[in-house]
Amino acid sequence: MGEFMKKDQMIMGIETSCDETAVAIIKNGREIVSNVVASQIESHKRFGGVVPEVASRHHVEQVTLVLEEALTEAGITFSDLDAIAVTAGPGLVGALLIGVNAAKALAFAHNLPLVPVHHIAGHIYANRLVTEMKFPLLSLVVSGGHTELVYMKEHGHFEVIGETRDDAAGEAYDKVARTLNMPYPGGPHIDRMAQEGQPTIDLPRAWLEEGSYDFSFSGLKSAVINTVHNAEQRGIKIEPQNLAASFQQSVIDVLVVKTERAAKEYNVKQVLLAGGVAANKGLREALTATFSSLEGIELVIPPLSLCTDNAAMIAAAGSILFEKGERADLALNANPGLMIESHN
Amino acid sequence: MKILAIDTSNYTLGVALVDEDKVLGEYMTYSKKNHSVRIMPAIQTLMKDCDWTPKDVNKIVVAKGPGSYTGVRIGVTIAKTLAWSLQTPLVGVSSLEILAAGAGRYFPGLVSPLFDARRGQVYTGLYRSENGQLVQVEKDQLVMIDKWATSLKNRNEQILFVGNDTGIHRSFLEEHLGNQAVFAAISEHNPRPSELALLGKNKPGEDIHSFVPNYIRLVEAEAKWLEANGLLEKGME
Ligand SMILES: [Zn+2]
Repeated sequence: MGEFMKKDQMIMGIETSCDETAVAIIKNGREIVSNVVASQIESHKRFGGVVPEVASRHHVEQVTLVLEEALTEAGITFSDLDAIAVTAGPGLVGALLIGVNAAKALAFAHNLPLVPVHHIAGHIYANRLVTEMKFPLLSLVVSGGHTELVYMKEHGHFEVIGETRDDAAGEAYDKVARTLNMPYPGGPHIDRMAQEGQPTIDLPRAWLEEGSYDFSFSGLKSAVINTVHNAEQRGIKIEPQNLAASFQQSVIDVLVVKTERAAKEYNVKQVLLAGGVAANKGLREALTATFSSLEGIELVIPPLSLCTDNAAMIAAAGSILFEKGERADLALNANPGLMIESHN
Repeated sequence: MKILAIDTSNYTLGVALVDEDKVLGEYMTYSKKNHSVRIMPAIQTLMKDCDWTPKDVNKIVVAKGPGSYTGVRIGVTIAKTLAWSLQTPLVGVSSLEILAAGAGRYFPGLVSPLFDARRGQVYTGLYRSENGQLVQVEKDQLVMIDKWATSLKNRNEQILFVGNDTGIHRSFLEEHLGNQAVFAAISEHNPRPSELALLGKNKPGEDIHSFVPNYIRLVEAEAKWLEANGLLEKGME
């Protein structure tokens, strides 16, 4: 045992920003020791979407159970931990409050440092559980609530170079799915249907101003709804598979082209896919095809379980932020409008 | 036995430390201002001032509602998490019972603690003090104030109303109940956290994992869904 031998760093992550109660423990920033997610999706399915008050109530029911499972699975106790990392925002405020207050109670009870984490920083750091990050890098974040291009020159430093001006990509998926009478959540259904159809219907692509990395999906969503209504009025039958494929193609085209352009302009070494929509097969395939022909840029796509909301990603981001010295005191509040740049 | 009591269920933010038969310290404000920001620092400061460490605590008592959904969840989440991680018994006490115990201990009649719930409704219950011990006469409920006043009228007894929100309904209650209605002094309208600690002192510890607030009300979306699926029991809201 040499005197320079470094103790393993153990971080607990807590995530309750939407409809998953999640706790995980990460070793040395990259190794998952335990990763527990209690999903509420079955409950919210009844309402066709997440009901915030219902989500908050489920979080209170689950929080200590999930904490216990994460510790038991990891086979450790609080004295083995270096810090507690928690999602402080953005998200549903009532839901965030459960994680934040549980984290504060734990930090106080066990005299542990408290590290607040931005939810999207977490999504990006899910990639570090797959492979080491190489800077500078670009991350395409696509989820139910976010569509962003985030540039990182180094660990723990985030610059949003493009974001949606209206709906998030995932939101557009859910709304189009509702138009096609598919159950909630609609994204995976559209993706599956799109695989069976052809993009035969001409739908708009919002490129916005020359050089902009921003996104807009509300026009596309309206175009899909209009197409369905017009066809109904004229008694024409549209193959839903073709409509799904056309919609998906339009979303993916914009995402991939803007990501590729930004990756070249910013001269990045890596492109990381992040967020729940990263589970989309069409998007994965299109990105893989585009970046396989680009030399010097590595494309990283995390496995499905790390794309959707989880706490391993929060602990992974928390690990770096902890090393950077980021701390919160017991007055930490949930912040539904938290900016990722607050970490810089 | 060292008891930590926490109440963030309504406007009051309260923390108390009670050791056996002595109240060592209390922190209380009456202002609906960021309970989430202030409650943990309040616990930390009070414990430091009384020379307690988290591991000294033998029991945690929390106000479990009714009240503000978000407010009560903050206190319950902190109490649950502390109790689970420190392996300390957890006890929940009605937020209304705390009010009734404080003001009604030496009152000979009935006690109706209340919180306003808007649109003519109140959260209330009915209590009586027997030899210094609080007994519940009617369960905590959400009720229209006029319906509540009518049912109290029939009891032909004096009723002590307590809680800061009694001011909202005072003239109505006086009109309907006349001399039957008695109102607590303003110094008694805040639920005292030390009272919460004492009420929980002899109650057995509850299952921590399944411990949840007493919201009284279902979420509207859930009530509608249950109704549409024929699962709503009669009398449930
Ligand atoms: Zn997310």
